[in-house]
Order: sequence, then structure tokens, then C-alpha cells
Amino acid sequence: MIELDDVSKTFTLHNQGGAVIPVMQGAGLRVARGECVALTGKSGAGKSTLMRMIYGNYLAASGRIMVGDVDVAAATPRDMLDLRRHTLGYVSQFLRVVPRVPTLEVVAEPLLALGHARDAALERAGTLLARLNIPERLWQLSPTTFSGGEQQRVNIARGFAHAYPALLLDEPTASLDAMNRETVLCLVEEAKAGGAAIVGIFHDESARHRVCDREIDVSGFTPGLS
Amino acid sequence: MTPLLQVRGITKFYGARLGCRDVGFDLYPGEVMGIVGESGSGKTTLLGCLAGQIAPDAGEVLFDTRADGPRDTLTMSEPERRMLSRTDWAFVHQHARDGLRMGVSAGGNVGERLMAVGARHYGEIRGQAADWLGRVEIPDDRIDDRPTAFSGGMQQRLQIARNLVTGPRLVFMDEPTGGLDVSVQARLLDLLRGLVREMGLSAIIVTHDLAVVRLLADRLMVMKDGHVVESGLTDQVLDDPQHGYTQLLVSSVLQV
Repeated sequence: MIELDDVSKTFTLHNQGGAVIPVMQGAGLRVARGECVALTGKSGAGKSTLMRMIYGNYLAASGRIMVGDVDVAAATPRDMLDLRRHTLGYVSQFLRVVPRVPTLEVVAEPLLALGHARDAALERAGTLLARLNIPERLWQLSPTTFSGGEQQRVNIARGFAHAYPALLLDEPTASLDAMNRETVLCLVEEAKAGGAAIVGIFHDESARHRVCDREIDVSGFTPGLS
Repeated sequence: MTPLLQVRGITKFYGARLGCRDVGFDLYPGEVMGIVGESGSGKTTLLGCLAGQIAPDAGEVLFDTRADGPRDTLTMSEPERRMLSRTDWAFVHQHARDGLRMGVSAGGNVGERLMAVGARHYGEIRGQAADWLGRVEIPDDRIDDRPTAFSGGMQQRLQIARNLVTGPRLVFMDEPTGGLDVSVQARLLDLLRGLVREMGLSAIIVTHDLAVVRLLADRLMVMKDGHVVESGLTDQVLDDPQHGYTQLLVSSVLQV
């Protein structure tokens, strides 16, 4: 479902003398449906960079990044928008939302964007929020006022609202207590059982061992490290 | 799928001075495109050319009309273009007073656009006007007040109601949240996002506020000195800018 071949990435800093910084080289990866692959390597090795390239958030300098039948490295913005709406989900570490929009709407939004009925979308959102222990009295408030841990759970609920065939998870269990961590791991297992191909970054080692089928050390793709 | 708008080679000079040069893009139904750049970069000139308010020196703007498919709006007759701007197009100005009739009541402002497309039944017009005022959160009891008695944020919401009442397919916006308090801005952004999704609108938004485009626009074009220097997915352009000017623009934003 997700296939990377010989992917590289450089940053060119035009305002700092045009310095060119190679950050990734020869990256390859294959994730089948129902499989979860962990990206490992120490901080700065390029785990998040690779994940952002798969999402089309960072441009690849070369190589192929196939998600389903779309090459993210060569796709038009229109194809990418369609891919992100239907196929490729991403749970980032930070919640970014329009201020003052109620939490329930924030979580339901991916479903509404897909044209699901409003009632059904809100119900699904409510189910996820309840599972992630966000008290119902907060659902009509904007998540921008929530604590860091609550925001992260809202972000996770939003990421799992639609059953994306391909899913990227950036530290989904960081800063969660034991009970919520368990819920998130269950959500990941359910997504796998539903046939999702997942790429994840988990610093939490036992979580990684529980849900991931394989590990890929991205240090092997870091120029000057391998 | 046919693009709603196909723009090719739009160029406009003011005498010897360049407004914008060789701008082209496709916009599909339901897409929101942001255009950013500093003052004088040509973004407002471009918007004026696209919306038929400024005649460019070269280029074409093909709009997918309901009746005849894609047609160049620049070579259309003036009455045809006016009809488009009253029906399928909407234009939200930065200053609400440029888009409103200040001497006419709020209900009249919304109703006027309906009358321009042939509505004549007073009760129906007033009913639709009231419905739209509700959608933009203007209280019922303000329907007979003039916009001069409204706050800046309310005027801006009234302008949006006036523009959207005829069910346009393409909305041009020039700094729609400029000059508003941040709390009012947030409410307006939420309103616009909801309308774009529910009505399947396409929109082109000119702004210098990168936070606004990040939340509102799917795609982004960056202009400098009349040229498009970079374009792509909004988050990609903002998080991994390729052009030196965009890098400078992104790194200059104050963090809160």
C-alpha cells in the first residue's frame, strides 16, 4: 500500500548563502495492508522528515513515494488533496484547527469532508471522544483551550474518524496515561485488522513491540551516518 | 472533471510598471486557493483581472459556465460578464463598505442581490434574507438596521451573506479578515470554511496573513514583484518552502 524507492531530500537555505543540506538519501520502504511498520533512529535521524514526505508535506528531491496508485513525489496538488481526503491519514503531534470550532466538529470534519451525513459523522466523533476519555461537557468547546494531553487525544480521534487505508502516526502515545495509551493501541490494532497500512513513530518501546510488525532504522538513510 | 476556472498567461501593466505577469493555474470545484505576497506584489491586481474588474493586457480566464461550458470571461460581452458576477461569482471586499450599500437596510442589502437575478416576491426575498442573516449570525432584530450601525465584523458577515445568497460557484475574496479583531477573524474563518464545504464553493483568497491561508486554503500561490514564485499544497509551501522569498516570508512570521 505504501512503497518508497530511492527517496532523497535536501533543504536549500536561500537566505543563508544558498546552503544545501542533504537530509535523506536512498530511503526505501514497503508497507502492506494490515501491516504496521515503525520508523526508528535517534532524534534528528529523519523519522518525522520521512513521514512528512510520505504525506506530501515535504517535497522529495528524487525517488518514488507510492501510496496506493498515487506517486506522492510527482502528484499534483489536486491529486494530493484527493489522496488525503480518501486514502492517507496523518496524526501529527500538534493539533491545528480553526479557533472556536467545537471539538465534536473538529473530530467529525474528515467525515464531513467525505460527504458523510452530519448525524452519523457527529455520532462517530462522539464515540471516539468517549473512548479517548474526553468528557462530554468539553465536546462543544474548542480544543484550543484544552491541555496538551487532551489536544493530543482530540487529534487522534480526528485521525481515526475515517478508516484510511494508509495511516501515518507520529508519536500517538506520547504523554498519555496508561488507560488512554491502551485505547490508542487498540485503535491501531483495529485499524490494522481493518486492512490499514500504517507507518508509525513510537518512542514508547513496549507500544512499538505490541503493534508494529517490523522496524526500519532511518539512520541508514541519513547522509553521513550510514 | 473540468476545472471551474482555467487561467492562462494573465499579464497586466500600469504604463511601464508591472502589475502581474504570465500568471496561470487551474481551479477545480470545491477547491480553495490562497494567494499571498507582500503589498505591491500584484495579488490584488491579479484578483481584479480574474474577477473581471481590471482588463489585463494579455491572457485568458476560462470559466466553466452552466450553459455553455468553459468560456473566456475576458472576451465576453459586458452584460454577460455582469450577469456572471451577479449569479455564479461573488466578490468579498476587504472593506465591507466597498461591497455593501451603506444606505440600505441589512435585509435590503441581501435582498437586492436576489432582485438583481429576477426575484420579485417580497415575502420570499425577505424570508431568504432573514435565513442568510441567521446563517452569518446576525440577529433577527437587526434586519431593518443599516450597515452603518453594525460593527466591522458584522458588516463583513453581512457582505458575505449578500454575496452568497444567490448560490455562487466561485468566490473572490480580498483580505476578508483584514482589519478585524482576532476573535472576530476566527469566527469568520469558521463561517467561511463551513460554507465552502456545505455549498461546494470554490474560492480564491488574497491575503498577507499566512495563518489565515493555512486554515482556509487547500492550495497556495506566492507572488513577488508581479510574478508567481512558488505554488503548491498550502502546508507543503509553508512547511517546506522552496523559493528564497517564501522562505523569508515564512521565517518572518511572529510566533504567538
